[in-house]
Amino acid sequence: MASKKHNEVVIDVDERNELGHPLDYRELNEKIRGCISSGMEKVILKGVTGQRYIASAMDDPDVKIDIHGTPGNDLGAFLNGGTIEVFGNAQDVTGNTMNDGRIIVHGNSWDITGLAARGGTILIRGNSGYRVGIHMKEFNGSGPRLVIGGSVHDYLGEYMAGGTIAILGIGMEEDVSPVGLSVGTGMHGGRIFVRGAVEEHQLGTAAHVLPLTDEDWEELQSMIEEFEHAFGLKPSRCRDDYVKVGPLDSRPFRGHYDKTNI
Amino acid sequence: MSVQTVVRLPEKYRPVVDHELCLRCKKCVRACSYEVLEFKDDRIRPKPGCVACLRCVYECPAQCITVKEMEPQFAHHAVFDPVLRRSIIAQSNSGGVLLSSCGANVEYMDIFSHLLLDAAQVTNPSIDPLREPVETRTYLGRRPGKVTVTDDGRIDLQSSSTPLVVMDMPIMIGHISLGSISYNAQAALFQAASELNIVAGTGEGGLHADFYKHSKNLCAEVASGRFGVTSHYLKEVSSVEIKIGQGAKPGHGGHLPGEKVQELVSQTRMIPLGTDALSPYPHHDIYSIEDLQQLISVLKESTEYQVPVGVKIAAVHNVGAIASGIVRAGADFITVDGLRGGTGSAPRVIRDHAGMPIEIAISAVDQRLQEEGLRDKVTLCASGSIRSAADMIKCIALGADVVGVCTAAMIAMGCTVCQQCHRGMCTWGIATQRQDLVDRLQTPVAAQRVVNLFRAWNEELKEMLGAMGIDSVESLVGNRDRLRYIGPNPRIAEILGVKHSGEGWG
Repeated sequence: MASKKHNEVVIDVDERNELGHPLDYRELNEKIRGCISSGMEKVILKGVTGQRYIASAMDDPDVKIDIHGTPGNDLGAFLNGGTIEVFGNAQDVTGNTMNDGRIIVHGNSWDITGLAARGGTILIRGNSGYRVGIHMKEFNGSGPRLVIGGSVHDYLGEYMAGGTIAILGIGMEEDVSPVGLSVGTGMHGGRIFVRGAVEEHQLGTAAHVLPLTDEDWEELQSMIEEFEHAFGLKPSRCRDDYVKVGPLDSRPFRGHYDKTNI
Repeated sequence: MSVQTVVRLPEKYRPVVDHELCLRCKKCVRACSYEVLEFKDDRIRPKPGCVACLRCVYECPAQCITVKEMEPQFAHHAVFDPVLRRSIIAQSNSGGVLLSSCGANVEYMDIFSHLLLDAAQVTNPSIDPLREPVETRTYLGRRPGKVTVTDDGRIDLQSSSTPLVVMDMPIMIGHISLGSISYNAQAALFQAASELNIVAGTGEGGLHADFYKHSKNLCAEVASGRFGVTSHYLKEVSSVEIKIGQGAKPGHGGHLPGEKVQELVSQTRMIPLGTDALSPYPHHDIYSIEDLQQLISVLKESTEYQVPVGVKIAAVHNVGAIASGIVRAGADFITVDGLRGGTGSAPRVIRDHAGMPIEIAISAVDQRLQEEGLRDKVTLCASGSIRSAADMIKCIALGADVVGVCTAAMIAMGCTVCQQCHRGMCTWGIATQRQDLVDRLQTPVAAQRVVNLFRAWNEELKEMLGAMGIDSVESLVGNRDRLRYIGPNPRIAEILGVKHSGEGWG
C-alpha cells in the first residue's frame, strides 16, 4: 500500500480488501489524516474512483494532496489550508464552504463548484456545471478566487457576496458566451469576469455588466497568470475580450419589505 | 410630479403618563428607542408609534406610565378585521412584503390547550420527586439501538457510532444567531446553557471568539448561507445542526439587513461590513435526500465523527416522510420546528399561514418513524412555541425526546413579545445591534433569569412525572396513553394517536 519517499507518501486507493472493495472515503480520509499528522507533506492518491469528501476540513497550509483518478463530491469541503491537485475530473461541490487553501483540477468540475467559499483559490482547467460559485463571500479584505478555463452552465455566482470568478472561455467560438443564463442573480458583492459577451438576457436580477476598471484588470491578470502557471495554457490577455458582471448595490432587496407595525 | 400616496394608520398603543405623579426625570424619553415620548412644555407627551414594548413603564421610577391599547378606530366589520385593514393600508402605502417577528400571531392553532395529562391514582402509585429520584437527564445523538452497560454499571456511551451529548434536562435553547440578537443576549443564553448543562444553538451567525469557552454546550448551525462555518468552529462544538427550515418561515431563507451587519456581526459571520446577509432559500447543494446525506456525511467526516450531526426542518405537511428520509440519510438527531416558532424577522404571510403546529408535526414524525422501525435510532427534538413546562411535558408525551425553547428564554431576559425584532431597535437590548441599547442588557442578570426559568420548568417536569408515577422522562417519550384530548375536533385526537377524554385505558 503506502510507499514512502522523503516526506511523501503514495496511497493506492484502488487496493482491494478481502471483499474486493477499494478503500471507502472514511478509510481513505483516516489514512490521509494519519499521513499528515505523521509529518508527510505530500500525499499522492492513486486509483481514486469516486471517493467523496476527500481532504475535507484539512487545514495544514504546507500539505499537498495529489489525486490521480476521479475524486467524488465535496472534494476539499471546509478546506482551511493546503493544496489539492486533481489529475482528472472533479465532481459536484468541489471546495464547499472553503475558507483557505488551493484546489487545482486538470479537467472539468461539475455543479456548485466553490459553493459559499470565503477564501482560497480554485482553478479548473476545463468546464464547470450549473450553480458555480453560489454565495461566495469575502471577508477582511480578502476573498475566494475561482477560475474556470472553459465555460459554465446557468446560475453562475448567484447570491454572490464577495470574491472573484473568472470564466476564460478557452476553446469557445468567439460569438458563443461561455456562461449560461441567470448569471449573478441576487448578487450583492464580488465580481465575475467573463471572456466574451454576456447579453442582457443572461443576467439575473441585481447583476449588471459594469466597466472593467484598472484594478479589475490587474486582479484578472494575476488570476490568469495563476491559471497559466498551473496548466500551461494561454488564455486571452486582451483586456477588451473581457466583460465584468457585478452588483450595483450591496443591498439588492432594500425596499422589498415593509416593516409597518400592523 | 409624484403623487402622495401614503395614508396614516391609526395608533395601536399609547403610553399614558400620570402628570401628577411624574417626576419629570425624562428616563422614559431616553428609554424609548422608537422616539415616541418627548418632553415638551414641562410634560412628557406621547407621539404616535408606540409598540407596547413597556420599556418606559419599566424605567419609570414613579411608576406613572401605563401603556394603553387603543380601541380599533375602524368601523366594526366581521370579515375585514382591523389587522386586515391595517395590512392592506400599509401595503398600499409601500408595495412591500409585510415583515414581522416572534411566532405566528393567529389564534386558531393551539392544540396544547386541548390536551390533558394523566395522573396516578390507586392502581399505579405516584412518586414524590422531593424524596425519590426522578431522572430528567437526556441524550442528544444517534441511539445505538441497544444499551451496553460497562462493568461499573454505567451506560456505555461509546457503543453509539457518534458520541452522545448529555443534557441535564430535556430542554435545548434554540438557534438564535448573533445578529438577530445582541452580543449580551447571546452571551447570557450560552452562559445559562453552560450552567444548566444543556445545549444552546448558535444560530446561523458563526461563533464569536469570546463564546468558544461555552462550546461544549453549543450546537453549531450550518444553514444555507454557511455564515461563519469553518472547520475549527465545527470541531469545537458539541453538536452540529444542518438547518433546512424554520417553523416561523418554512421554505424561506434569512435576510439580516445591512444596518445590523456592523463590525461584530461582520467578523463573526465572516461577511463584508454593511451588506445584507442573505441566506438562500434552499441549500444549493441540497435538492434531495441523497444530497442531504452528502452534507451530513461531509460534516461527520470534517468533525472526524466526534460530534452528532442533526437536521432541523420546519413542520410542513409531509413532515413524516421527510423525517424518515433524514434518518435514513444518517442524521443523529432531528429538530422539528412548528409553525408558531419564533423568528427575528419573517414575512407575515409565511409566519401566520404556512406550516403545521408542533403538536401534530412531532406526533406525525414519531409515529412515522416508529412504523418504519427508525424511531429508536435518533433523538427527536420539538420546538415552536413551547411556552411552559406543561407544553414541554405534552410535547414529550407526543413523541419528542427534547424540546427546543427560544421565546420563553427571551421573555426571561426581558422581552415582552412586542414583535418588533426585525426593526433592530429592541429597547430591552435583545434583538438589536445598537450599542446603547445592547448595554441595557446585563449578561449575568439575564443568564441567571434563564437559569431560574429552566430550573423551575425542570422541577415542574419532575413534579408532573412523579404525579404520573413515572420516574424517568424517557418513559414519557411518545407515551400517548398518558394524554387525552378535550378539544372541539376529535379528528385531531385521531391524528395525534390520543384518546378522547373520558376514554380509559385498554
